[in-house]
Amino acid sequence: MSGTFLGMPSLPVFGIGNLHEHEPFPKAARRELGNTQLRANLGHATRTIRDKRLAVVSELPDWEELRDAGRAIKESVMARLPELLEQFEANFTARGGTIHWARDAGEANAIVADLIREQGADEVVKVKSMATQEIGLNEYLEEQGIAAFETDLAELIVQLDHDKPSHILVPAIHKNRSQVRDIFLREMEGVDPELTNEPARLAAAARAHLRRKFLSAKVAVSGANFALADSGTLAVVESEGNGRMCLTLPETLITVMGVEKLLPAWEDLEVFMQLLPRSSTGERMNPYTSLWTGVTPDDGPQNVHLVLLDNGRSAALADEMGRSALHCIRCSACMNVCPVYERTGGHAYGSTYPGPIGAILSPLLTGITAEENNSLPYASSLCGACYDACPVKINIPDILVHLRGEDVDSKRGKKKLPSQMDLGMKAASWALSSGKHLGLVEKALPLGRLAAGPDKKITKLPGIAAGWTQSRDIPAPPAQSFRQWWDKEHQAPAAPADATGPEAPGAGAPGTIETSNGSTGPKENP
Amino acid sequence: MNARAEILDRIRSALRDAPAVPEVPRDYRRSAEHGQEELIELLTDRLLDYKANVFVEDAAAVPQRLAALLEGTVRYAVPHGLDQALFAAADVHDGGPARRVTDAPGHRLGVGELDAVDAVVTGSAVAVAETGTIILDAGPDQGRRVISLVPDRHICLVRAGDITAILPEALRRLDGTRPQTWISGPSATSDIELERVEGVHGPRTLDVVIVRE
Ligand code: SF4
Repeated sequence: MSGTFLGMPSLPVFGIGNLHEHEPFPKAARRELGNTQLRANLGHATRTIRDKRLAVVSELPDWEELRDAGRAIKESVMARLPELLEQFEANFTARGGTIHWARDAGEANAIVADLIREQGADEVVKVKSMATQEIGLNEYLEEQGIAAFETDLAELIVQLDHDKPSHILVPAIHKNRSQVRDIFLREMEGVDPELTNEPARLAAAARAHLRRKFLSAKVAVSGANFALADSGTLAVVESEGNGRMCLTLPETLITVMGVEKLLPAWEDLEVFMQLLPRSSTGERMNPYTSLWTGVTPDDGPQNVHLVLLDNGRSAALADEMGRSALHCIRCSACMNVCPVYERTGGHAYGSTYPGPIGAILSPLLTGITAEENNSLPYASSLCGACYDACPVKINIPDILVHLRGEDVDSKRGKKKLPSQMDLGMKAASWALSSGKHLGLVEKALPLGRLAAGPDKKITKLPGIAAGWTQSRDIPAPPAQSFRQWWDKEHQAPAAPADATGPEAPGAGAPGTIETSNGSTGPKENP
Repeated sequence: MNARAEILDRIRSALRDAPAVPEVPRDYRRSAEHGQEELIELLTDRLLDYKANVFVEDAAAVPQRLAALLEGTVRYAVPHGLDQALFAAADVHDGGPARRVTDAPGHRLGVGELDAVDAVVTGSAVAVAETGTIILDAGPDQGRRVISLVPDRHICLVRAGDITAILPEALRRLDGTRPQTWISGPSATSDIELERVEGVHGPRTLDVVIVRE
């Protein structure tokens, strides 16, 4: 395949799947704020992980150097993506793996389902994966009559409860131990009815529940944290051993991975395997990491597939300002420091990707013009904590502001009619363009008093100005403008008391402001 | 256009501004000076933090240590490349080699057999003291990935000379294309109210024997 791009520049093709808000963020957030269990759990969780993270990060004297290296590596990956993908493909294939390319969620789902059916299987074990969540694989497989068993404890809890994950790292953080026990008692076959709510007992119940599945499964589905272009190696980072089970026991392994997950070389792993665990769980290293390169005879799956997913990534890449969102290694540090996420939780963001990264990544993948996602860039206080925490230094606040601008532009373009803001700006530029104009506007100012009630406050403005009066009152404008006051004050000494008005350009009027007709203002006030 | 060509095309089109490929600054630590005793101490500290059990032994004392650790196990598994002499004491102790099952090419242990053993003993390729990480790369003394996964207890031998201070040093000793398992403590979860529980799907007990040479 030629490495040079010869075609016409194509329009960005956006992603589909679990990437959309189901309702505008402010509305979802308001509802989630009422969930006190969620807020208590989240507050505790984010605080705990935050503290652990700070402790292990401060142990490393070269943390900032690692972040700089991480960012530069990812930047070079994006710049060299076509070439690295081809290199990775060649190496993975040479070692016995098979690569499939999927333009979007629908195509990826169909490829996975076909591969499973080829094996004559109607169930699979799954290791937690953001990519398969993004494409809605479990739901799709269910429609196809294939059962997908999530094997990560938290994912299992969420799946058994027919709920959705609310955090990248601890997806069931919105549930407490008693809720988990109730879910297990209700949904798990053959569970001990005496099950207590002790986390150790609950984990043991999950172990027993999944053990048979692991030992008998023919097909596993996974995501991947990293893919090394120079060797065709994939890496999965986890804690419980369910990942190792899925990646080792079944004959067939199907991995779904976004095209942005590549790293150029083996040595780059030394950077990311220091950045990821410390940023994520606040551990020096996660309990288990598995690496496999294609097929190894006698060791692990002998039928290895990788689905490389676009689903809006190329569109995000086309956004020069936003493309660094693709550097994300899904550590979840940004959500743990985000004051907005801490209060609303993950569900308010709708998409698979919650928190600050979700607020930029989802609209980049779907396009900001996707109605459902255009409130996400506003789900932030722009405090900058996410940028400080991000191990690969993604400047989330800058991208948020950029996307807000895109949102405004897109709305304007869509409606074609000038917005109120446009009209207001036009009016202002007319008013400020000459003193004559300004004087006219000022003459109208006292009319504002009519809008104010007897308490001399304007409590409700129409249209775009409504936002201002939602939480504050505006004092009524004064009865006369400054110019009117000035003219009156300065005419008095210059003219006899009985003068009916100034003759021409008022004497003593401020030099730079033309006040030729400024003195004929209303005289209702003494 | 097929999906591959189309995706690559889209990506090339997205990059038509030809972003620069930055030089990667590698001024993070790539090696560290530590004496062997220091490394042993650091690794021990990290492993204990992960709730692993750690024993530091001179090479000559390893058979006795293994015998003690394996006491009471009905059956345990070993990879074919692990020095058989290490088990002299363990096997005598319990009266016969029948309790030791060996995973060897041409004589692979099935998943059911592995599920039925009480423990597995393996070697390791390299360890990272700073992070408490032991890396297995499926060498003959470590065996296939599955044998250190299915049994509930993993007894792992780490040669003192294989301990590095930091991760970059360890990766330089490894071949990235071999199947690898990096282990930092036993299986663990914090998924329920963030309370750490050791042992979910992987081995619930990790015993590490650090061998001084
Ligand atoms: S944006 Fe940065 S901090 Fe947030 S999840 Fe991604 S890598 Fe982690």
